[in-house]
Amino acid sequence: MIEFRGVTKRFADGTVAVDGLDLTVESGRITVFVGPSGCGKTTSLRMINRMIEPTEGTITVDGQDVMAGHPADLRRGIGYVIQQAGLFPHKTIRDNIATVPLLLGWSKQKARDRAEELMGVVGLGPEMAKRYPAQLSGGQQQRVGVARALAADPPVLLMDEPFSAVDPVVRENLQDELLRLQGDLGKTIVFVTHDIDEAVKLGDTVAVFRTGGHLAQYASPAELLARPADDFVDGFVGRDRGYRTLGFLEQDVPLGALSPVRVGGTAAGGWTLVVDAEDRPIGWVSSEGVVEEAAIIPGGTLHHAGSGSLRSALDSALSSPSGQGVAVDDGGRVAGSISADAVLAALAASREAA
Amino acid sequence: MVWDWIPRNTDLIVRLLGVHTLLALIPVVIGLVIAVPLGWLASRNPGLRSVLIPAASVLYTIPSLAVFIVLPAVLGTQILDPLNVVVALTIYTVALLVRSVSDALAAVPALVVAAATAMGYKPGRRFVSVELPLAVPVLVAGLRVAAVSNISLVSVGALIGVGGLGQLFTEGYQRDFPTEILTGIVLIVALALVVDGLLVLAGRFATPWTRMGVGV
Repeated sequence: MIEFRGVTKRFADGTVAVDGLDLTVESGRITVFVGPSGCGKTTSLRMINRMIEPTEGTITVDGQDVMAGHPADLRRGIGYVIQQAGLFPHKTIRDNIATVPLLLGWSKQKARDRAEELMGVVGLGPEMAKRYPAQLSGGQQQRVGVARALAADPPVLLMDEPFSAVDPVVRENLQDELLRLQGDLGKTIVFVTHDIDEAVKLGDTVAVFRTGGHLAQYASPAELLARPADDFVDGFVGRDRGYRTLGFLEQDVPLGALSPVRVGGTAAGGWTLVVDAEDRPIGWVSSEGVVEEAAIIPGGTLHHAGSGSLRSALDSALSSPSGQGVAVDDGGRVAGSISADAVLAALAASREAA
Repeated sequence: MVWDWIPRNTDLIVRLLGVHTLLALIPVVIGLVIAVPLGWLASRNPGLRSVLIPAASVLYTIPSLAVFIVLPAVLGTQILDPLNVVVALTIYTVALLVRSVSDALAAVPALVVAAATAMGYKPGRRFVSVELPLAVPVLVAGLRVAAVSNISLVSVGALIGVGGLGQLFTEGYQRDFPTEILTGIVLIVALALVVDGLLVLAGRFATPWTRMGVGV
């Protein structure tokens, strides 16, 4: 558990970056600090490992005041993933990851074994061990950054906008990986981002900071989207928060029947779903007669039946050319159709229940 | 040209070459040892940098012959003591390298230094294992200039009697004997090229990461 009590940071030029912050970060969960630039989120993070020292107030990590003892000892016990990875360009991937174990006095062999083990954990092949950071892609470098932070198995992990410098597809991969890792490791993670979507996706709890270093709201993502504390949070969360809230509502949507055809089969007219030999959806045809491959219109997003997310259910209906969403089972086979009306009815049902 | 002068005087030539190499390179080593902490201070403290760097530049403009002659008075050494040359060239080396070191350290990415701090490096160890290695490429460039400039400056010492291969110049002129002068010139150029080449090789050996292409 990390506790901020009355923490203020005033810089030498008089700027107040963080103003009287009171906040408790729960153990074993991901807490995201989010807000516009200059809101004090990064300063707050860096005060946890004393990269920046607070002007007033106290910060404790598992009951220990961070200001007691040598900052280097504190930092070796807290994993840190820096923006753009911040790897040591002159050290191999393996030696980068082994940094903290070596600082803690582990033997070289043990530190290297640990580094190689972690390369596997974050999904880097063993052939990367002797490469230098410049030989890796941005996404791979980020993975090394995460492995390096985990090397000495610290209970606390600080992540300072770690995925901001990679392209959106890689970022999404890294986010999914982080969630998967966290499922296994259960670290206390503090994650800083300016991207509210990232915050809502990753956070068990989200702290929204306002310019001037004030905490505007501290709540679960669903709560944040459903009930923003004020106009600032409302504006920051964005215009389509109602839609995004659906992602946190779990309610099964009743599936409609579909009569899909295969390529070469005969469509009865109107919108007809086309599937492959394993009953996996390929797309739609809108005309009557024999289905030809060239006539197939790509389908919308697919909803995984049983996942219960109303957002993906509604999106499948909205994105489908026929207006009917397609639900698939775990094997990717067609399970049924989804109409927007059915999603709205399910939403109403979940409101009734609440 | 009297070619057979060379084989007849191999002993002299080899001895002078050895002396020349030592007189030129010992100051490079001592100068480096002095310049690293000074350059480190300059890179961390802008006030100190604004004094140290111009002071070093001024030092470098003092003519070498003047330094060779003034130093015995300052150090209390004999005018013919090789120490004068070593001290003088050390001063030049420091003057050259202080700027190199401070520029090299300033060029180490702040993000990397911050990452090292956040991993729990204490400043001393961080300097040795992160900042200094990353400064090597710029540092080697400075060392090459210092080494080559020292090799050429040692010959000036011949005018006060301590000059390694420079002695071949003074003697050659006195005896109006071009072969000896030419031998000196060729050997000094060759020495400079060899030392420069060795420094380049050492620099490459010390920085394997700079040669790795992206995605290899």
